[in-house]
Amino acid sequence: MRVTQGCFSFLPDLTDEQIRSQVQYCLEKGWAVNIEFTDDPHPRNTYWEMWGLPMFDLRDAAGIMKELADCRRVYGDRYIRISGFDASHGWESVRISFIANRPANEPGFGLQRQEAKGRNTRYSTFSYAAQKPEGERYSS
Amino acid sequence: MNDQSMTVRGKERYKSGVMEYKRMGYWEPDYQPRDTDVIALFRVTPQDGVDPTEACAAVAGESSTATWTVVWTDRLTAAEKYRAKCYRVDPVPNSPGSYFAYIAYDLDLFEPGSISNLTASIIGNVFGFKPLKALRLEDMRFPVAYVKTFQGPATGIVVERERLDKFGRPLLGATVKPKLGLSGRNYGRVVYEALKGGLDFTKDDENINSQPFMHWRERFLYCMEAVNRAQAATGEIKGTYLNVTAATMEDMYERAEFAHELGSNIAMIDLVIGYTAIQSMAKWARRNDMILHLHRAGHSTYTRQRSHGVSFRVIAKWMRLAGVDHIHAGTVVGKLEGDPNTTRGYYDICREDHVPENLAHGIFFDQHWASLNKLMPVASGGIHAGQMHQLLDLLGEDVVLQFGGGTIGHPRGIQAGATANRVALEAMILARNEGRDFVHEGPEILAKAALTCTPLREALEVWKDVTFNYESTDAPDFVPTPSMAV
Repeated sequence: MRVTQGCFSFLPDLTDEQIRSQVQYCLEKGWAVNIEFTDDPHPRNTYWEMWGLPMFDLRDAAGIMKELADCRRVYGDRYIRISGFDASHGWESVRISFIANRPANEPGFGLQRQEAKGRNTRYSTFSYAAQKPEGERYSS
Repeated sequence: MNDQSMTVRGKERYKSGVMEYKRMGYWEPDYQPRDTDVIALFRVTPQDGVDPTEACAAVAGESSTATWTVVWTDRLTAAEKYRAKCYRVDPVPNSPGSYFAYIAYDLDLFEPGSISNLTASIIGNVFGFKPLKALRLEDMRFPVAYVKTFQGPATGIVVERERLDKFGRPLLGATVKPKLGLSGRNYGRVVYEALKGGLDFTKDDENINSQPFMHWRERFLYCMEAVNRAQAATGEIKGTYLNVTAATMEDMYERAEFAHELGSNIAMIDLVIGYTAIQSMAKWARRNDMILHLHRAGHSTYTRQRSHGVSFRVIAKWMRLAGVDHIHAGTVVGKLEGDPNTTRGYYDICREDHVPENLAHGIFFDQHWASLNKLMPVASGGIHAGQMHQLLDLLGEDVVLQFGGGTIGHPRGIQAGATANRVALEAMILARNEGRDFVHEGPEILAKAALTCTPLREALEVWKDVTFNYESTDAPDFVPTPSMAV
């Protein structure tokens, strides 16, 4: 399967040139670019690990691409996402987010059902990869 | 226009009998509206022979304190404060016999936080007043002091995006079709296919409640199976607007509670349930962490004709105050009424914190929303993947694009239809962010994306010639009306 979180997951994986253009777009909007990684891509896993702080003061796409390359060197077997954060009034939130790196093999998620009262069912989504401890989930 | 005050004062004012509204204090051309006044702009078409100033003063009177004759009991009140004051009358451009009447209402005329109370005055008896041929409420300005008495959207655009973990692109939805007749089990199939194929939301239609072919509980149960299955299949948050519209508040609460218990992140209501019910559901939605979708069923009965009724821009303002999170606000290019400039005005009302006066967009007043949550507009009705560049250009990023037929009618099935829409959208966002002239290069961008996406190629082929290019009935009065060729 393919995790389809983020803005561009239905397109072929973005090239570095394409990623750089999106980073440039964020910088032109005045947003802080943030790099995060995880090996638990559960749809409700909000807090991916931060690769350093959001880059509030780095206004150069090349610098951010270097950070991405460094992050990939260490966590290239995990999901890495890039987001643009808008601190302006009325938003103060993420304005764009997309996956810039994904594991070679994505085993996906299972759905557990617990039969409850009447016909009600309690659902629980679990990641097959996350059955293993953190750090051992996607590396062979 | 008559620019003299004709107000009779003192003892003469309260002499028993009938007196013209303009002499009773409802026409005050020197009045400077206060920051705390509610202002309404009406399009007034008097009966033949009725003085326009008198007609407009009558609208002020009948929507505030007046009755047909002088009453001495006015003197027991601070009557001058409570009288709505028509302070400006302009002829409507290119529309002989019609006038724009600006009317100011003191804040004390309204109960805090009640759309029902507001509307009982502003669109109450006055709309049936005999000396008028027609009357239309065009726009309203709400003072911050009044805005602050409303909850506003239960969730708002920002928090909705955070909850759904979806940023930087319009959300995608589809209304399940056929809207009537499917069993719960078959209905859930459509939901699953559409969500798994790439949509974020599916939607009940306005008239799917609880009919012989599908009891509401069956629909909710199968829909939530579909939502959870699609979520696991994609690793992405999904939702389906479960329509809880019902005969009574008790029934609606019961349905909403069940949707909540099943883990749905969104519930849906129809405009026809009424303002009080809408505000009740908005409060319920905030208490229960639910997004609240409003389908504007019925609005065209009073919003569409330019001469009589209520403009949709006013309905949009009321609904932002009332507290819904989604509202259908037009597509421009689709099958339903929507002039581009007027629609832009609606979208601004929903999404901006400050909406400046813009006559070309039909916005007559500056409106400050005082950080009230933003309301997500929904574009639905006759749109398809081939229009993605136009939709993004006209409607922007904070919108739900709903492709019902444009998903379910795909020749290779619902999943393929959903994928086509999602790929078209992502390709267009990518191109826009790269700084490309996506409006003009749109067809080219779509064609390129279709090279690696067969479903998109098929969608573009099937719907390539579909346009709904009719003249709008409701366009701004101050600019030539463009029509949207596709």
